[in-house]
Amino acid sequence: MGEVDLVNVSKRFTLRVERKVHAIRALDRVSFSVHDGEIVALIGPSGCGKTTALRIAMGLETASAGKVMVDGREVKGCGHDRGMVFQFAELLPWLTALQNVMFGLEMKGLRGQQLRATATRYLELVGLSDSLNRRPHQLSGGMKQRVGIARALAIDPKVLLMDEPFGALDAQTRETMQAELLDIHARTKKTILFVTHDLDEAVLIADRIVVLNRGRVQEIMTVPLARPRPDPGLVRGLPEFAATRYRVWQALHHSGDTLH
Amino acid sequence: MVDTLDRRPAPVADQAEDETAEETPRGFVPSWLITTGSVVLALAIWQLCAPLINPFFGTYPTAILAAFWKLVGTGKLAGALADSLRPFAAGFALAILAGIPLGLLIGRFRVLEAAIGIYVTAGYAMPLVALVPLLVLWFGLGFEVKVVIISLMSVFPICINTWLGVTAVPKALIEVGKSFVAPDHVILRRIILPATLPYIMAGLRLSVGRAVVAMVVAEFFTSISGLGAIIQTSANNYDTATTFVPIIIIMLMAVSLNFLVGAIERWVAPWQAEIAGRDQQ
Repeated sequence: MGEVDLVNVSKRFTLRVERKVHAIRALDRVSFSVHDGEIVALIGPSGCGKTTALRIAMGLETASAGKVMVDGREVKGCGHDRGMVFQFAELLPWLTALQNVMFGLEMKGLRGQQLRATATRYLELVGLSDSLNRRPHQLSGGMKQRVGIARALAIDPKVLLMDEPFGALDAQTRETMQAELLDIHARTKKTILFVTHDLDEAVLIADRIVVLNRGRVQEIMTVPLARPRPDPGLVRGLPEFAATRYRVWQALHHSGDTLH
Repeated sequence: MVDTLDRRPAPVADQAEDETAEETPRGFVPSWLITTGSVVLALAIWQLCAPLINPFFGTYPTAILAAFWKLVGTGKLAGALADSLRPFAAGFALAILAGIPLGLLIGRFRVLEAAIGIYVTAGYAMPLVALVPLLVLWFGLGFEVKVVIISLMSVFPICINTWLGVTAVPKALIEVGKSFVAPDHVILRRIILPATLPYIMAGLRLSVGRAVVAMVVAEFFTSISGLGAIIQTSANNYDTATTFVPIIIIMLMAVSLNFLVGAIERWVAPWQAEIAGRDQQ
């Protein structure tokens, strides 16, 4: 199981700019669900609060009001039921790829032979069996993020939370990684909450798209594309892809606010 | 459920370049050779000035070398060096053992930073020489007071650098620990400590110089012993060449300790040199 519910999540914080204190409402009563095995993309212009929502779901930040439930249990801080993939991978630079994956597993309590075997297996899953002993600076951007995904998947969380994981990659690598993610999802059936600002990426990967604007849920759309989607190139050519992409684009532009 | 998944080949298009040893460009002069050349040149110029130097007011390399052999011959030098190095090693070790954990804690916990940070910052500027008479009253004239002086002088740069290093650790790396539910002590030991190592090593380099100065200060102002004693007696006899033997040995000691710290850094934090791209030199 792996069901995430955000229930009326609000987040306020204060920002001091030259003696003036501004009350910022980053999230305003945000509610949506990610069902078991589903991929939901959280999309919106920068500053709309999508990353904040994800960080609250992870437990790295606390909500000012409302709650996040994972399988009916309220989230209080970080937990092994959720795995986080960071925007810039954030591997520990002094550890090898294998040791980075092992770090997360150790925190979950794995030891000895099982620890190493599990970490190796997940690095194989993301296609890095030849680079187990490389340190992060010896890996390309795409490979780093593969390790980041393996590290989060290895602890076998109920939910994978991804914060613009491919945003920092070049276009070609991004496409490869999107295909990889679809493939990994088809194999593991993980529940995934995915933050992105990329329209194509959202439509290609997600089952449903939550459009966030100025801290509010503006629209929740279902992507009418069947799974599995083994060939992203083919999916991009489908008329449903273009139609959905246009609908999301319209939602983002008709919000009374231009997309930056 | 992943157990059933088959192994897949690594994607070729996404491979990072294999790092091959860089070719040495033509006309490349290694750093050690430049340093050696510089020292030889400086010594040669100094020696060429010898006829102009009154042995009362100054000295020159060959005279220092002669004085060196004389000191070695009497066995005085080896004994003095050992007398100096013992309190130095103990004091510096104490400074490391106290400074690094203290810096880590001050940097990590806001309350400790507010409560203790001010003493560390003030202690760094403490005029230690003025306090030596008081320290003598507390710790006597022997080994202990020398250890205290050396560690007091060198603990602050280590502590402050470690502290600054902790505050410079990227927040995201700590969040990696948090998101995998690592307890605080694990985050401190396995994320903050390694991320801070380059700063700690820089602190050690800075404190080596201060510890060496503290060693001589201690020998001058407590019971006169070690290399400091040789400096004092020969200076009192206006034997300038002999005075310079321990001075140069002390400076060489600081240089080699610095080199040693660098070697330790490459050993405990090899990723740092690799990231900075200085491993080829």
